[in-house]
Parts: sequence; C-alpha cells; structure tokens
Amino acid sequence: MNRRIAALAAGALLAAGTALAAGTALAAGTDAAKDSLTLGMVLEPPHLDPTAGAASAIREVTYANIYEGLTRIDHDGQVRPGLAESWSISTDGLTYTFKLVGGVKFHDGSPFNCDVVKFSYGRATAPDSVNAQKQLFEPIADVSCPDQYTAVVKLKRPTALFLFDMGWGDAVMVSPKSAATNKTDPVGTGPFRFKQWVHGDRVVLERNPDYWGAAPKLKTVTFKFVADPSAATAAVLAGDIDAFPLFPAPEAIDQFKADPRFKVVIGTTEGKTIVALNNTRKPFDDVRVRRALTYAIDRSALIDAAMSGYGKPIGSHYVPTDPGYVDLTGTYPYDPEKAKQLLKDAGVAPGTEITIMLPPPSYARRGGEVIAAMWEKVGIKTKLVPIEWAQWLDQVFMRTDYQATIISHTEARDLDIYARDKYYFNYHSDAYRALYEKFVQTVDAKAQLELVGELQKKLAEDEPNVFLFALAKVGVANAKLRGLWENDPVPANDVTGVSWAE
Amino acid sequence: MSSFLLRRLLILLATLLAASLVVFAVLQILPGDPAAIMLGTGARADTLAALRHRLGLDAPLALRYLHWMVGMLTGDFGVSYTYSVPVRVLVAERVMVSLPLALLAIVLSTAIAIPVGVLAAARRGRAADAATMGIAQIGVAIPNFWLGLLLILLFAIRLPWLPASGFPGWGAGAWPALRALVLPALALALPQAAILARVTRAAVIETLGEDFVRTARAKGLTRNAALWRHAVPNALVPVVTLIGLQFSFLLAGTVIVENVFTLPGLGRLVFQAIAQRDLIVVQDLVVLLAGSVILVNFLVDLAAAWIDPRQRRSGA
Repeated sequence: MNRRIAALAAGALLAAGTALAAGTALAAGTDAAKDSLTLGMVLEPPHLDPTAGAASAIREVTYANIYEGLTRIDHDGQVRPGLAESWSISTDGLTYTFKLVGGVKFHDGSPFNCDVVKFSYGRATAPDSVNAQKQLFEPIADVSCPDQYTAVVKLKRPTALFLFDMGWGDAVMVSPKSAATNKTDPVGTGPFRFKQWVHGDRVVLERNPDYWGAAPKLKTVTFKFVADPSAATAAVLAGDIDAFPLFPAPEAIDQFKADPRFKVVIGTTEGKTIVALNNTRKPFDDVRVRRALTYAIDRSALIDAAMSGYGKPIGSHYVPTDPGYVDLTGTYPYDPEKAKQLLKDAGVAPGTEITIMLPPPSYARRGGEVIAAMWEKVGIKTKLVPIEWAQWLDQVFMRTDYQATIISHTEARDLDIYARDKYYFNYHSDAYRALYEKFVQTVDAKAQLELVGELQKKLAEDEPNVFLFALAKVGVANAKLRGLWENDPVPANDVTGVSWAE
Repeated sequence: MSSFLLRRLLILLATLLAASLVVFAVLQILPGDPAAIMLGTGARADTLAALRHRLGLDAPLALRYLHWMVGMLTGDFGVSYTYSVPVRVLVAERVMVSLPLALLAIVLSTAIAIPVGVLAAARRGRAADAATMGIAQIGVAIPNFWLGLLLILLFAIRLPWLPASGFPGWGAGAWPALRALVLPALALALPQAAILARVTRAAVIETLGEDFVRTARAKGLTRNAALWRHAVPNALVPVVTLIGLQFSFLLAGTVIVENVFTLPGLGRLVFQAIAQRDLIVVQDLVVLLAGSVILVNFLVDLAAAWIDPRQRRSGA
C-alpha cells in the first residue's frame, strides 16, 4: 500500500517538478568519448549462475555478456551460432553435430572444448541437478566427442526447438573448474568478465581482453538495481542511469518522450498476459463460460487503462513477434451481449462471484481492477485478492487452489505447457497433446511453423485461459546510446553491441 | 547495580529466545517454498526436491530449529538461500549502511529538535513558539517515505546536488558515501525531530514551572541561565527515553526509506528476504534486530540513571 501511494505521489510530484525544471540543464551524457554504461534494472539477481536459478534478473546481467552457449538467441528471436560456429542435423532429427569454435578460453583461463559441452549438459541432466529448466535437456540421450572441437549430441526423440532451447540462458557453457562457484564469482567465455558486486546496489562487468570474437566497444558496464518506480525515474532524469530497458514507471514515459536528452524504446516481450482459469473448477469447466469471460473483455481498453497503452492484444498463447504467429484476436471480439447470452446458456446466474488472485506486478494489480469492472458489466461479481509472489507460487501454481488469476507467462514459445500432465490451469485436451507431439517430431521448418499455427488455433478454440495481451518492453535511454535490444525474445541485456554516438 | 545488570542480561536472553521461536514458527506457517521461488515455474518436481535437499529444507522442523540455534551459539549464522553467501557476510556489509544511516538520522533529529523545543518552551505562547510548533505538527503528520520523495525531487532532480538513489559503498570514499546518506537520513530524521521537539518543549515547560527553577531565578540567575543550567538538564529524562524509542522506530523506518532510496541496508535485505522466502536470513535478522532494540533500551535506561541519580536507586 505504501508503495502504491508512493508511486502515485511521485507521479503527481514528478509532473509538477518537471514543469518547474523544464529548461534547466542537468548533467547527463556530457562525457564525449564515453566507454562505460550504467544500466538500470528493477530486480537484483539473487546470484549470477543462470544454470541454477529461474530469476530473469540473472540472465539480464549475464546472458551473452558473461556466459555463452552453443547457440544464442539474437535480438530478433532467431537462433544464431554461439560457441558452436556451425552444426548439422541428421535426417531423422536425432543427431546434432556441433563444430565448436577453437581456441576459446574461459575467464579463468581454462579451455573450452567438447569435454566442457559434455560436462555442462551432463550437469544439467544429473539427478541432483538444480537447473530451473531441466526439461529442456530431457531429450538429450548422450554427448560424445570424436575430437576436441566436435560435439555430437544424440537425442531420445526429435525435438523441434532443440537449437532454440540450447540458446537459453539455462544452457550456457560452464567450466568444470568454476561451475561450483559461478553464483558468486561467475566465469564464462563471454566478451565481458565479472569485476565486482556491491550487494543491493550494483554488479560491474569489464571488457574481457582475451575474448575470442569481436571486441565490444564498452569498457565497463554497471548494472544498477532500483526497485522503486519513482526512484528509477529520478535516477534516469538525474543521469545516474544511462538506460533502463524494462522501465517500471510507464506513467512517466511521456515526460521522457518530450525530453530530447532521452529516447523511449517500445518493444515487445515474450510475456503472454492471461487470466488463467482453473479449468477443473465450476463454472470454468464449461467452454461457454470461458468464451463468455473473453467476450466480456475489451482488450485495447484494458491495455490503455492498465498499461498506459503499451502492449499488443493476443488471441492465443503466442506473441506477434514469434515465428508462426497467427492473429486470433478476432475469435472472441468484445461483445458484452454475447457474453451475457453464453453465461445464461451455461447456467451461470447473474451475480455469481469469481475470486481473482493478483500477484504483485502492476499488470496484475491494475489489470485486475479493469477486468473486474468489465466482468461486472456482464453480471459477474469479482473478488480481487492481492497476494505476494511466494504465495502465488504456493497456492495458485503448486496447489492449484484458486479460481482465476492474472499472470504473464514470460518463457519463449512455451506452447508445451498446455500439453503437460499437471499444470496449474488444469487444461486437458487429447487433441492438443497429439498436435503438440506431432509438432515436436517435425523436423521440417516450414511444417513446424504450420503446426505452431494449428496449436494456437486449437488453444483459441478451447480458450482454456482468457488471452489478454503481450507485455510491452518499455525502455528509456540516453538519446546517444546505440545498440541495445528493442525486444526481449529471451530475458537479456545483451550489451556486446552497445556504443555511444559522438 | 550488578544484580540490575544480571537481571537485564537474563531478560535479553529470554527475549531473544522467544523472538527466535516466534519468527521460526511464523515462517513455517507462511505459505511459500524457497526452492520453488528460486527455480520458478519451469521447475520439475525432481529438481525442486534436489534443491530442497541441498538447502536442508527436507529435515524435520525441530531438527532445523535446533541446527539453527546451535549454529548461532557457535557463531555460524548459516548461508543465505538466495545469495549463497554466509549471512554473517551479508549482515556485515549491510550494517555498514544501516547503522551510519540510523546514527546520522538520530544526530540530525536531536540536533534539530532540542534547540527548537527549548526555544519554543522559552518563548511559550509567542509567535516563535506558534510557528515552530505549527511546523512540527506538519512534520509529525508527514510519512518518511513521502518526505523522501520530496527530498529527491528537490535536491536530486530540481537541484542536482545529491544522488537520487543508491549507495556507492564506503570503498568509493567517505564523502560520496555520506552524500548518498544525507537525503535518506533527513527523510528519517525530520518527522522524528518534529515529535522530539514537541516532547522537549512540553518537558521544558513543565520544569520551568518547578520550584527549583523559581529558586534559581530568585537567587539572581538570568532567564537564559536558569533555562539552560537548571530547566533543560532536568527535562532531559523523557527526551532521552524518547530518543531511545526512536532508535527502534528508525530501524523499522529504514525498511521503507531504504527501499525508496534503494540503499543496500538491513531494511532492504529483510524486505527482500521475506519476499524471496530466504528463511535463514529473515530468522537471523529478526533476532539481530530484536537484540539491538533491547540493547538500545538498556543503554537508554543507563543514560537516564546517569542523568537522574534518583532512578539509579529506585532501579537497582
């Protein structure tokens, strides 16, 4: 509550303050030949080992900067070569032969070769593995090393997204020598190496002079952690922070737009924001009810009201920037009358109450208020229950003790969650599972994309959850800064290509 | 005096034991699994079990409590689940922010409040009194986080004199570090100073009406001499007691103010540790904070006894 009041107060004050401050020259970006960057993040990473924790913040510091994998996912969401300079796939889709970059050394001097690949994947699949995405490695049957710079990975079954999956932050290469201490002293092969971590304040990286690839332009990069939206606004305005790629105060964006010292970058993320419905609970076990609840929502009004207008409507569990996207937002267009009719057909009496669990992010808290008002119009009463993240994980996600919740699924291309045996929204469709299995087994890229389309359509038809919008990546940066990612295909702040304009 | 100390020590130990039991029990009831928070929504059941085992969370409750207690007695405060750093190291880092911040705030609030309170008392009922107490009334009503935002707006954005947030660390030099603490210390100090000034004023007014002050005036002391030499020292007991109480408030206040200014202090650590279910860190910090509050209260009692010899006798 304090936080919310603080944010409101700050919003009002900042508006007033900048009106006064307009025209005042502040110290920002005056340094001509700048080769350092201070980048703002809301959350501090708990540690710096992406192979042992799920927090996005770990990847937002380390991905592509400190650690590298065999493949990497680029700013456009495409798979590019990383520590594997090329690869070939057998016609049955079961054998991947990676040709590794030669002569690469980790920051601690230990060599990168096929043994490291074997070690890294073996560590992720081991019984005592604490890799947060262990299922990505589950298809791997065996890694063998015909020579030092060739790695042959055999799979148990064809896996359509294998190269993409091995580009995740969770699949980076770690040295056997330093793997155990990467949490506090990260060692990778990347263009930046770890320099310092002032807990609670910042992580500092410096250029790796022995990097095997093109040298980055920046010499030092500081990741600074500012959780409070108004403090974040203040730090950017004061020039303490050069760029804030996932800016937490959308209400302050117009102010930055009007200021020539800054630029505002609006991109997309993988965040599929949905009202998740517990499909085994009444009345959500009836598809007519789920459709009705979708008809009752005006997505663009919701985005305007809850997200300051930033976000793209989605009609299925897939974002517009990913390959194979099909626009299904017209499946259940805003139509309160139709919603009322469907609810009546399904026997849901007017005045029925639905409890919505709201985790802390603002899309949920603010979105919840707007959705409650929209559902109210079709005769559904709502009870909004704000809960903290730990409780959400426990009550909603693990124990599935809930009716509805608003949540954003940030994992890339995660259509598989609807094919899982037990997942918190309890969707079960044999037809969808068969379709997903077919997709996974398909090797041909074109056929894959077609199946991705089919999967999206099947979800839109069954509407297990109310698909709302893709979260925008709203960032602010110094106007002279070049080369930061506009979109967020994977959680990352890849600064390897960042530079300052003259 | 020694039985006084002994009794105090026993109370301290009993309180710490009670605090440790309460915090341990509450954290068990609190929903949320540290392993699930660390591994997120993609984690498989076997991975969660592996991590729980690694953290020692699969042991029986009583054993875990015992393990924690024995560890603390031997100086081992455990290792943070989220940071993988010994709690001792985390706390040592963060005390270096919170303690200077709290001390700075106490010094500022006392330095402002006592002169203001005394002067208001001396000019009771006149314009200066009305003005300062009016301002103090506003000060009492202002929450410290909101004041913090105002200060950022004025001294970090409008006038770019001080940093808006963050802490460069003492390694960056004493001056940059102190600069980062000025605004948060003011945000903490001003509302406290307002309360303290009002209490000081009331206490001084009360002593000014006492016989010994009238006697002092009668024996020929000036108004000011009587005020500073006789009235103020005798008014200090409630003031010192309040400063001690305020220290506990400051420790609590730092949780909010450290979050507004993103200062890496104990307050932010405990806030984050609760959200992350970093149980061992929360447990240690609660015991530590409870201990320091008791210790400060004890020091306040000693100070009051030193100021007012009558309390020494009745307290012993």
